[in-house]
Amino acid sequence: MPKPNPIPDELTQPFWDACNQRQLVLQNCTKCDKLQYPPKPRCTTCGSADDLGWKEVEGKGHIMEAVVIHDSRIRLLREEQPLNFAIITLDQDPGINFLSNLPGTTVGEAPVGSPVELIFQQTPSGQLIHEWQVIS
Amino acid sequence: MSSQNNWMRNKDGMGIWEHRGKVAVAGWGQSYIDRRWDGVSMDRTMGAWCIQACQNALDDAGLSVTDIDGIFTSKETRLEQTWAPRPYFDPPYDTEDGLSYVTGEWIQKQMGITNAQYFENNAPPPWGLLPLAAQAVGDGLCKVALVYYPMGNYEGRYGHNNPNNFSDDVSGPSAFSVPWGYQSGAMMNNLIIYKQYCRRYNKSHDGLAPLAINNRRNGLKTPWSFYSLHEQYQITMDDYLSARVIMAPLRIFDCDRPVMNCGAYIITTAERAEAMKQPPVYILNHATGPTIQRSTFQNLDEQQEQCAILAKRMWEGSGLGPKDVDVFNPYDGYLTFVQQYLEAFQWHGVGLGEAHDFYADDIRVEGPHPFNSSGGNNGTGRTRNALMYDCIQQLRGQAGERQVTVPCDIAVGGFGDMTMFSKHPS
Repeated sequence: MPKPNPIPDELTQPFWDACNQRQLVLQNCTKCDKLQYPPKPRCTTCGSADDLGWKEVEGKGHIMEAVVIHDSRIRLLREEQPLNFAIITLDQDPGINFLSNLPGTTVGEAPVGSPVELIFQQTPSGQLIHEWQVIS
Repeated sequence: MSSQNNWMRNKDGMGIWEHRGKVAVAGWGQSYIDRRWDGVSMDRTMGAWCIQACQNALDDAGLSVTDIDGIFTSKETRLEQTWAPRPYFDPPYDTEDGLSYVTGEWIQKQMGITNAQYFENNAPPPWGLLPLAAQAVGDGLCKVALVYYPMGNYEGRYGHNNPNNFSDDVSGPSAFSVPWGYQSGAMMNNLIIYKQYCRRYNKSHDGLAPLAINNRRNGLKTPWSFYSLHEQYQITMDDYLSARVIMAPLRIFDCDRPVMNCGAYIITTAERAEAMKQPPVYILNHATGPTIQRSTFQNLDEQQEQCAILAKRMWEGSGLGPKDVDVFNPYDGYLTFVQQYLEAFQWHGVGLGEAHDFYADDIRVEGPHPFNSSGGNNGTGRTRNALMYDCIQQLRGQAGERQVTVPCDIAVGGFGDMTMFSKHPS
């Protein structure tokens, strides 16, 4: 499924570079010892910009909830609908969540609560992007 | 002012609102509603509808343009596109101002509001716009405020011409959401939360049907509504259950209908309002809740917590409680988030997980629980103003066929910002 290409900026470049190395890295505030995703200029807990670094996390999660997109406003996705749209919580820190289309899962049959693992997909520009797949 | 958020009552422990009962709504006015602007009819532009709504509000209050010294509006017109790159027209439609948004300066010039000294063009939608203006009047920044909120809709399918939605590339924060199909937090995040809600409380999505049906019923009792003007039919349970699916389980009847229109208000001091044409509708408090969201999507626990904090601040600032509220109009742009406000504000005793049972009871305006008596966006079209008008009309006793039959002294309407209106100043 062709996904829009993420365009890195100064803040997000390390994240997208790591994806191209097939690694999932999240911002981590060393002061709060807290992960943060998506990336933001400052820690949302303590407000510090100086204590934010990047930390690789394990690509294991669970499906928190899922719906099915039937009528998307996004041109690239309209050609592929209907498609799954799921929220994935990270096992390492369930307060962190990601979006997923659950590739390999029949549309409308997302097993909410089931474990998933990290994979990477290539967008048309060649950028790798993080995705999640149900563990069979 | 709004950009600094210093109008907000967004902290715990702020006590009773310092302007409680000293500020009032003295007038309101709605323009005609079109589904879309055709790009040709210059008497049906966003600017034209703003002028019409503002004039209607002035007429309702019995004022002339010379009485206005402050103008408040919002540029969040939800067009999701600009008129450009299409060619502009002769003045006053030779810029975006007047076409895709309408500034106070534009309205001032077109209507000849010569005494306006205070302008706010970047206010939030009505749930924040009205309290922002009320706070400004209370603070003495102006004495008689003209407040208006337009919503727009051009030709073509809604949102499909949003540049973010047809680009091959996506940057900034959107790069972490759009590639997987994210297009609207109001739609998608709230749908995810709603599914969590149904799972936690063992409810079916179909439990929204009675609310959708009653909203349309109330909308058809509203003479200015989109449905009264253009589609005069009631929807049924079968209509709801067989409706087109947008994002399973979200159906088209769970979504409001984008329209082209404007709504307006006159807000002034209670003392001045008492000398005007209509019975004043006093403002007893406004409150703003927090946004609690740690990661990409908010979850049910986070949303319930933020709504509970909002309700707590409303009770603190007004000195009143759930049992005092006679009319309750929470925002309903998508029906999937309405229960969060109903349950957090415990209106008519509704607790967590009980909204569907409440909807299935008697929520008609002539019944004992006239919930969302405005019909909301869902029943009147996407004006975002119906919830506020209804609070005003019900308290004045001027809601016509929608007039509730229960005693009506206090009304609350809004979204992340809520306002409490009252028939009496204290």
